[in-house]
Amino acid sequence: MKAMKTFQPAALSLLLLQGLAYAQAPVDLNKKVADLEAAVKSAQTSGDNAWMLASCALVLLMTGPGLALFYGGLVRRKNVLSTMMHSFILMALATVIWAVYGYSMAFGEGNAFFGGTQYLFLKGVGIEPNGDYAATIPHQTFMVFQLMFAIITPALISGAYAERIKFSAMVVYTTLWMTIVYFPMAHMVWGKGGLLNAFLGGTIPSFDFAGGTVVHITSGVSALVAAIYLKPRLGYMQEPMRPHSLVLSVIGAGLLWFGWFGFNAGSALSAGGLATSAFVATHFGAAAAMIGWVLAEWMKNGKPSVLGAISGCVAGLVAITPASGFVTPMSALLIGFAAGIFCFVMVTIVKMKLGYDDSLDAFGVHGAGGTLGAILTGVFATNLVNNALKDPSGNPLPLGLVDGNPGQILNQAIGAGIAIALGAVGSFVCLKIADLVCGLRVTEDQEVEGLDLAMHGEEGYNLES
Amino acid sequence: MKKIEAIIQPFKLEEVKEAMKGIGIDGMTIIEVRGHGRQKGHKEVYRGQEYEVDLLPKVKVEMVIADARVDEVVSTLAKAARSGKIGDGKIFILAVEDAIRIRNDDRGEAAL
Repeated sequence: MKAMKTFQPAALSLLLLQGLAYAQAPVDLNKKVADLEAAVKSAQTSGDNAWMLASCALVLLMTGPGLALFYGGLVRRKNVLSTMMHSFILMALATVIWAVYGYSMAFGEGNAFFGGTQYLFLKGVGIEPNGDYAATIPHQTFMVFQLMFAIITPALISGAYAERIKFSAMVVYTTLWMTIVYFPMAHMVWGKGGLLNAFLGGTIPSFDFAGGTVVHITSGVSALVAAIYLKPRLGYMQEPMRPHSLVLSVIGAGLLWFGWFGFNAGSALSAGGLATSAFVATHFGAAAAMIGWVLAEWMKNGKPSVLGAISGCVAGLVAITPASGFVTPMSALLIGFAAGIFCFVMVTIVKMKLGYDDSLDAFGVHGAGGTLGAILTGVFATNLVNNALKDPSGNPLPLGLVDGNPGQILNQAIGAGIAIALGAVGSFVCLKIADLVCGLRVTEDQEVEGLDLAMHGEEGYNLES
Repeated sequence: MKKIEAIIQPFKLEEVKEAMKGIGIDGMTIIEVRGHGRQKGHKEVYRGQEYEVDLLPKVKVEMVIADARVDEVVSTLAKAARSGKIGDGKIFILAVEDAIRIRNDDRGEAAL
């Protein structure tokens, strides 16, 4: 106490001195404030950018090796390399397309359906942030984060045409598909002025935090069309087509789950509370979906399978993708659980009834799970989690049904409907063109021999060497 | 000389090897094979698609032995490989014309 008494007058006089100094030199004060603002901004940019760069790497990991392993394990051993290549080559192909015109088509300022030419060859995409998309990170970080999504989306489709498509046809199809399906859809949902963009002037505001419509519905529906167009694999339903290594698939699913934190929590485009909220919802959605799928399978088939567990978690990750960043952890559990059961039914019962050969269930998991997630986002989205939308007086607007805005479900359904229509028609057009240009399917002999040898001249497992 | 071809359960291989070593049989060749006799296969289910797996993994043990030792080897082998359940496998005995040791051209039983 004594020490304080003696200290107080000293502190007081120090304050007075400081005040005097400010009064004498107002220019210095302004400069100090400006310096402080710059320092705060720079600190936030450092924090946000650190998380976003890590997220970019996480999302890339989902494609290679995540998806490559997940899909690679599910095919027969003679097709393991070709299936992995379908994912891996996109890490190069999509990147080059993105740099040349993809980013500009998706995120340039254009009309409601696609972007403009302003960012062709990444012109003007530098270190300065783009205030419309992400004010606290370099524009290049935003660009490369979005690129990772453009890589994995077409890779998801490869589950439908695995084990029978020509490599050249796959390259042609994917290049066309990104151009007429992915870039426009990304623009509509996330691009400035896009038709469905709830935050940047869309006429039909639809919520899609991390790509339920853009990534999963478009790829899933396109996959279904591809599976039907290509017709089943030789011997489908007559000869065994067991997964050659579920061990690879388990590793792949684990990496997908891991990378998905970058996919969803990174979509906050900053490292604050919203990222945490999306991170938590993502994890809870995956967990509940795994339980949903495994329980349903256990009850129906008498055994809980490992393939069911890994398929279930992916289904949950898909369904929570549009909702993460809008929903509470408890809602995430509900969405995930519903997705686990719904996708189980789609993959094991509906597919068998309809008879199409979606080799690795790209539609049953991504198309079905994505659609369910998009609709349920309209139910569970709440401004308790995301208050970015405000009325003119600054109060947060109600988001989904739980906030008392049932109309949002319709908007979500319209968003999903547009993605379904664009995915279906776009995929068909791309398949048709690729078919005319180079023929889609390998010959029967090549299919029997396996695509690894026929397309790439290699084998996945050379045990004697 | 006789060739013994025994198709056994993979999990019985160690016991069979030990038993053969126990009666002084040094040489054998092992092949991983798949097949079935009277044993039924099993069902596997992948995402609702059922597969009957009727070719089951087995191990084939091959040995060439002197005629005098056939009964002893066969009974020891059968005892070691037996679990008493269906699927334990079979032993075949084949006649062998000659044997040659590549290193030094030894012939017949001397080459075994």
